[in-house]
Parts: sequence; C-alpha cells; structure tokens
Amino acid sequence: MSESKTIHFRIRKFNPETDPAPSWKTFAVPFAKGMTVLDGLHWIKRNQDTGLAFRYSCRMGVCGSCGMLINGRPTLACNTQVAALKAAMVVVAPLPNFHTVRDLVPDLTPMFEKHQAIRPFILREDKGEMDAPTAEFYQTPHELEEYLQFSFCIRCGACMAACPTMATDRDYPGPMPLAQAYRYSADSRDGGFAERAKAVDRKSGVFSCHFGSECSAACPKGVDPAKAIQLMKRRLVFDYLRLFKAKKPCGGVHGQRTTGRREGIPEAPEYTIK
Amino acid sequence: MSSKSYDNHLGIKGWALGGAWSPERYLYTLHRVTGLGILSYFLLHILVTTSRAFGPAQWNALLGDGGFLRHPVFVVGEFLVLAAFGFHAANGVRLILIELGFAVGRPIEPVYPYKTSLHASRFVTVVLMLAGAAFIVLGGLEFLRH
Ligand code: SF4
Ligand code: FES
Repeated sequence: MSESKTIHFRIRKFNPETDPAPSWKTFAVPFAKGMTVLDGLHWIKRNQDTGLAFRYSCRMGVCGSCGMLINGRPTLACNTQVAALKAAMVVVAPLPNFHTVRDLVPDLTPMFEKHQAIRPFILREDKGEMDAPTAEFYQTPHELEEYLQFSFCIRCGACMAACPTMATDRDYPGPMPLAQAYRYSADSRDGGFAERAKAVDRKSGVFSCHFGSECSAACPKGVDPAKAIQLMKRRLVFDYLRLFKAKKPCGGVHGQRTTGRREGIPEAPEYTIK
Repeated sequence: MSSKSYDNHLGIKGWALGGAWSPERYLYTLHRVTGLGILSYFLLHILVTTSRAFGPAQWNALLGDGGFLRHPVFVVGEFLVLAAFGFHAANGVRLILIELGFAVGRPIEPVYPYKTSLHASRFVTVVLMLAGAAFIVLGGLEFLRH
C-alpha cells in the first residue's frame, strides 16, 4: 500500500440518546506506513467526526481498553496494523456479547463482575502473613510456569466477544474469568481452590465450555484461556474422584521468618475489591 | 446497565460468527446441531416403534416393503442420522480427552507467534475426525448395498 493511498473505515455508530439501533458510516482516511486501526480512529475523530466514541489508554497493547471487532475479529485496535489487514476497507464495530454504551464502547461491567466472583487474588488461611508479611513466599520456577501464561491477561474482553457459548448464555462466566479462576488456583501460594470451585462448577459454569476455543484464537496476548479452562475442568474432575493430590499452599517463606515485620517490606496496598 | 445501551449479544448467530473462525468453532456448532438431530431422531424412532401397538397392518404400512418410511427421502434421512452419529461420537471422544486436559499441552510462556491449545490438540482432532469420516463412508457404502 503506498503512502498517498486512502483507506476506508466503515464504523458502526450508535448514540443511545438519539438512535434506536446502530448504523454504519464510512470515512476516507489517509494511509500512513505503520498506521494502526487506533491511529485511524484518532484521525477520524480529529478531522471528520469529533463525536466518535472509542476507548483506549496505553496505545501499546498493555491496558486492554481498545478491544473492538475489526474486520470480524475481536482484537486490540492499537495492536492491529491497517496494512496487516490486507483489506481495502477496515470495518470496525464494538465487541459483541456485551451491551454497547456508545459507538465502539462496550459495557464491560458484566465481565468485571464475573471476574470478581471468582476471587481473583491469592486466598490463604494465614491472613496475618498476607496482610503483614514477614518475608517473601517461596516459589520454584516450575511452580511459576504453572500459571504464568494465564497471568498475562489484560482483561480486554476479546475472548468474551469470540466465545460462542457467551453468545447464547449470559450466565456463563466466560473465558477471561474462568481462565483467571485457574490462574489463581494453580498458584502454589494459593489455597482458594475449593472456594473458586463453588463459583465455577455450577449450571452455566465451567462445564458449559465445549472447546470452541475461539477465545484462544482471538486472544491478543497469547494467554490461551481455553487451555486454562480445560485444566480447571481436569482439576475439578480429578478432585471429585479424589485423584488430585492437593498440596498445602507454600508456607515456607524465602529467608528467615521473623517474629515481627521485617524491615524493607512495603505495606500491602488498599483493597481494590472488598 | 443503562436501558439505553444497545444489546450487542450475538445470540445463535454467535455459534458461527464473531470469532477468529478456527475450525474448532465449527466442530462446536456441528456437535450441537448433530446432538439436536440425534435427539429428534430418537423421539421419532419411539413414535414409529409405538405404531406396532396398533397392530401389524399399521407397522407394515410404515416399515413393510413399499411402506411409507421406505421412501428414498427417509432413507437419505436415515443416512444423515448415521453421519450425525459418526461425527458426534468421534467429536465426543475428542471433547472428553480435551476437557480432561489430556490434549491441550502444558502452560507455556507466550512468545509471538503464539502457539495455543488449539495447535496442541490438532493432532487428536485430525485423527478422530478421520475415524469419524471413515465410519460415515463405510456406513454409506452399507446403505448403497441395500
Ligand atoms: S484472556 Fe486474552 S482476550 Fe481474554 S481478556 Fe485476557 S488478554 Fe483479553
Ligand atoms: S490502548 Fe491499551 S491495549 Fe490498546
């Protein structure tokens, strides 16, 4: 594609104050080498449609704000180069399987509520050590590998938009929350599997996934939520059959446990989820 | 949720659209469709066999030589049920293996271009789909012979 070319953006517009349903509008945008879909949206907002609503923050695939449906695929607008689409038209719509607040902005609240429901943090009985640690918890590189892949999730919602089960079952937690349920359960510092099992092993729960695996195909961070979901099912089944040898959450701390708070360990931050 | 927001759930269309279009999505959809098809056949089958309770004449009218259900349309329908069964069974075995975590691989650090559980499970998928296809072809030959 040459520098002087224009590229057409077909964008789904929706204003909740005036429109009963979304409509489509096409914009001609000058193409520049290295231009991302997010760059194109910014150009349109600056030059042609100042009211165009879309969400973004980091512009580098880290914050997870700019999830959209681009040429039929849910992905990040900042991480998608226009040239890589190899299409004359860039068709942009808000992520499916969410309500649309306005134009390209989805309401991600249900996803975050489901995420919260699986208790996405380390759960342990020795709360004292959690709140006022006396030393670091010990974890081997192998134990880290058990969950590291799933901790790269940036909560962009692309997997939720791609999932065929999400499309028809609103009660289903969805790939992101389920993958995070496994991420924490697989963490050797955690002892909250039983609690999370209650949250996901239910009607419309983890067993409603039948490996359409679109979540893993769509995930822009390589998190592979479908893998985490199958591993969660495996653990639930093996646990039910008493074939899973649960280890105690690692109690050993790196270094000497002292009687009081060791110097140099920062205060735990305020809770973000109560 | 503001009542003014637009409900953008895909509904049943989401079984075929809106993702990254991996072949596994279509296996997912076909599994549901064939499952519903087999269930419908099962209900019809009960209805047909119930006709025996109304005497041999009723039974023969449906299933005897030249009976209503010997029409080629129903024979093709029966073959479709066999094909649905072949697929559903092979895909069912695939799902059991995958859902018990046997064919999805271990967690790995994501390095671009990402390799996912889709790639890890492809071998099992291909082998089982070939087994299902062989069953359907052999069943089809059997239909042609009769
Ligand atoms: S699993 Fe991947 S697609 Fe899903 S929210 Fe996390 S980063 Fe986004
Ligand atoms: S703007 Fe942050 S991920 Fe795209």
